Amino acid sequence: MSRPVLITGGRLLDPSQELDGPGALLIRDGRIEACGRDIVGPDDAEVVDVDGLVIAPGFIDVHVHFREPGDEHKETIESGARSAAAGGFTTVWTMPNTDPPIDDPAAVGFVRAAGERAGGARVYPVGAASRGLQGEKMTEVGELVAAGAVAVSDDGNPIWNAGLLRRLLEYTQTFDIPVLQHAEDTGLSCGGVMNEGKVATALGLRGAPNAAESGMVARDCYIAELTGGHLHVCHVSTREAVEQVRRAKECGAHVTAEVTPHHLALTEDAVHGYRTEAKMNPPLRTEEDRQSLLDALVDGTIDVIATDHAPHHYEEKEREFDDAPFGVVGLETALGVAMLELVGSGRLSLGAVVDRLSCAPARIMGLDVGTLRPGARGDIVVFDPAERWTVDASTFMSGSRNTPFVGKELVGRVRATWVAGERRYELPREASPFREGAPPYVGQGSV
Amino acid sequence: MPVASEAEVLLDEEQTDATLKDLARQLLEREPDPAELLLVGIRRRGVELAERLATEVEAQGGVAIPTGSLDITLYRDDFGQIGPKPVIGSTELPVEITGLHVVIVDDVLHTGRTTRAALNELSDFGRPRKIELCTLVDRGGRELPIQPDYLGCRFEVAPGEEIAVSVPSIDGELSVRRVPVERKK
Amino acid sequence: MTANTTNGGADGLGLGKDLTGLQQLTCEQIEGILDTAEPFKEISERRIKKVPVLRGKTIVNLFLEPSTRTRISFEFAEKRLSADTVNIASSGSSVEKGESLVDTARNLEAMRIDMVVIRHGSSGAAQFLADRIPSNVINAGDGQHEHPTQALLDLLTIRDRLGSIAGRRVCIVGDVRHSRVARSDIWGLMRCGAEVAVCGPKTLIPMGIEELGVTVLSRVEEAIEWAEVLYVLRLQLERMDAGFVPSLREYNRFFGVSRERLERAPGDIAVLHPGPMNRGVEIDSDVADGPWSLILPQVTNGVAVRMAVLYLLAGGSPERAESAKEARE
Repeated sequence: MSRPVLITGGRLLDPSQELDGPGALLIRDGRIEACGRDIVGPDDAEVVDVDGLVIAPGFIDVHVHFREPGDEHKETIESGARSAAAGGFTTVWTMPNTDPPIDDPAAVGFVRAAGERAGGARVYPVGAASRGLQGEKMTEVGELVAAGAVAVSDDGNPIWNAGLLRRLLEYTQTFDIPVLQHAEDTGLSCGGVMNEGKVATALGLRGAPNAAESGMVARDCYIAELTGGHLHVCHVSTREAVEQVRRAKECGAHVTAEVTPHHLALTEDAVHGYRTEAKMNPPLRTEEDRQSLLDALVDGTIDVIATDHAPHHYEEKEREFDDAPFGVVGLETALGVAMLELVGSGRLSLGAVVDRLSCAPARIMGLDVGTLRPGARGDIVVFDPAERWTVDASTFMSGSRNTPFVGKELVGRVRATWVAGERRYELPREASPFREGAPPYVGQGSV
Repeated sequence: MPVASEAEVLLDEEQTDATLKDLARQLLEREPDPAELLLVGIRRRGVELAERLATEVEAQGGVAIPTGSLDITLYRDDFGQIGPKPVIGSTELPVEITGLHVVIVDDVLHTGRTTRAALNELSDFGRPRKIELCTLVDRGGRELPIQPDYLGCRFEVAPGEEIAVSVPSIDGELSVRRVPVERKK
Repeated sequence: MTANTTNGGADGLGLGKDLTGLQQLTCEQIEGILDTAEPFKEISERRIKKVPVLRGKTIVNLFLEPSTRTRISFEFAEKRLSADTVNIASSGSSVEKGESLVDTARNLEAMRIDMVVIRHGSSGAAQFLADRIPSNVINAGDGQHEHPTQALLDLLTIRDRLGSIAGRRVCIVGDVRHSRVARSDIWGLMRCGAEVAVCGPKTLIPMGIEELGVTVLSRVEEAIEWAEVLYVLRLQLERMDAGFVPSLREYNRFFGVSRERLERAPGDIAVLHPGPMNRGVEIDSDVADGPWSLILPQVTNGVAVRMAVLYLLAGGSPERAESAKEARE
């Protein structure tokens, strides 16, 4: 470990402590030692004056895809971890649908080790729920957890078989981990490449209706209620699924849910012109769906924001719409989009957005991060909530560029990210003009 | 087509009519067997001229002469360079032209390219015994070795001017004027 | 989706470089194309069915989905305009060996092709190509999206028979869900002021079609009572295999256009079909060959319409005229 770090002169924003005010943070030996006003660091501390910017617990994304092993040309664990840090994320959960999939302890261990070496956000593997992601036989869940898996999922594929889902929701309780379900009834989605509706009809593209998601979410919620297990609904996209989650929570089922920034910001109209940057699964839906997702995130029916970061090489996206792969990257635009759609529209306060990105994921998954309480890990993000910036995908740390927000102006920019007290990301100075006054990053000496 | 007031009238209706009568006389003089004649007017104004000529030939020679119309738009040699595509008119040849004496009738002979296009088009319909050219006005400025066989009159034109022939069915009157060149879009 | 004017775009109708669909055209543009097709009908009656207007132009027929009738129709149109044509069909072309559409586009550009007529199995493929090459691109059918020249010849046929398109009642019967022809016809008819309805089993009517301005009729008897023109779509065997209809026999019984049904039409009714027909499925033989049918005029009009489209998109730009003039001086 290196010297203690004193991050000072900022606005401390930590919803987990209901903290929002000027202050500083002292990190020693990878953990937060003190947090509040009038903190004084030891003489040998590295002092970082952030000149009024927000200091918050590092963001947590429970749903990303790093393409290692198998498709390293799109993203490696290292490039993904760095991309996450550039987006202000200090913890990410990676999905197991790599090639080969993460369905045995060795694979889990591989991802853990690579994540530790990567020098970006913390990378925790989600293990496969079924062997080979085939949806038939349960993986050795306990072994996967022992090797370092934090959850199980077949994401990319739904856990189609209700009986298997029941057993998973029962069995995972022994290890206190959630089942992350990609709810899609492929009998209804039927090869659909976008939302089924008038845009798909005009474009002549096959569509997947809302019912392909909501029907399965309803079923999954009843199974969660039956078993008492923790069901986490991935990437909710429809108003009907929101209703199902709401009902399940009201009945006391242990159900949590996530929504992506792109589903909060975009609708099926983004597909016009056959733009493959708007092709993902589940697809972008109607404005009515989008509004209900925003409302659900505000009232807590949807607990967290998760990006479903899905990198693809430009050659694969530069194809006829039918043939292009599903997915968009999201780690480096998440804060900007979330702030634009939620704070910009007045739906949520800045603190509440930080909650959905950091405290809430930690809370629902039982992680000891997502807070600035003394004793917690030194996972910190410093960001400028007012900075307007235009998305230029060529500056991404990610190995891929497939974002629907190219050229869009977003609000809110990450300036630096620390993991375990170590600075893992810093926005290059030339990229954004600092405020007048003292340069934000100062070297030695006490305040 | 509205004619500018600064246009100079070269032939009024009476004079134009007299010229057409004279052309009819020339035709009858040189063609011993008018039954073999076919007058083909080039769209647009050549068509009415051909019809008037045919009427005159019939009045003077006592034989009814068939007339046809030819639209040369698809045979132009400058297709790759012109701007907005011209509207294509119809081509109607009432009889089989092989073996006939075809006289192409046009209002103004200038570069000769229209006549060349008409020759190309006619050859796609058959093989006339003889093809001749009859034009009301020759304004000079040839770009191809083409000369009229029957000529109404010759007029010189300065740069920035052109000859405009008017016919009743399109312009409401029969005349020949010298007019400034219209500004093209 | 807007008109691209990098090459050509000099036609008086403002069609731009490509024809990828009818959705973005105006009524004036559509009627203008139909008007231009008229003189081309006459050329097909001549002994020498050829005019030199596209002489020296190279046109590639890129048919990456099987088709005989459309390709032949385009080939006749191209040859009658004196263009040089090359056919690339899906079997044996580099695309089958795995060359992407992007690479195909680059190769075409490198060979300095003047015009490409493309048929492809993916919606959006025509626009995809048009965005990437300077040649004129004509959509001969992309996935389930549009087939503009088919709709144009349908509109011409309707106009010839009924005298106008505005205010006419046209019902499209059959597998609208999977039909690019239906979509193009809907756009074309609506732009020109016709009243449009669709009719077929609900499994074959796509979601949101009413929002485009189209009425949905549930029974073919209703359609026949209402419409002045019945546009019958082909029902493919694959639809039965995929479970959209239980059997072709059942489809014919409940949705087939038969003599008995047509004889109950309150007034005159004309029947069109894009071909090829499944006789005895969507349309009975005595209808296809009978007095209501305009199917053969459709085919004749097809060549003329395609000649008109090629003529309007090809060659000619004011800038080129200027520079050609300068070169001469």
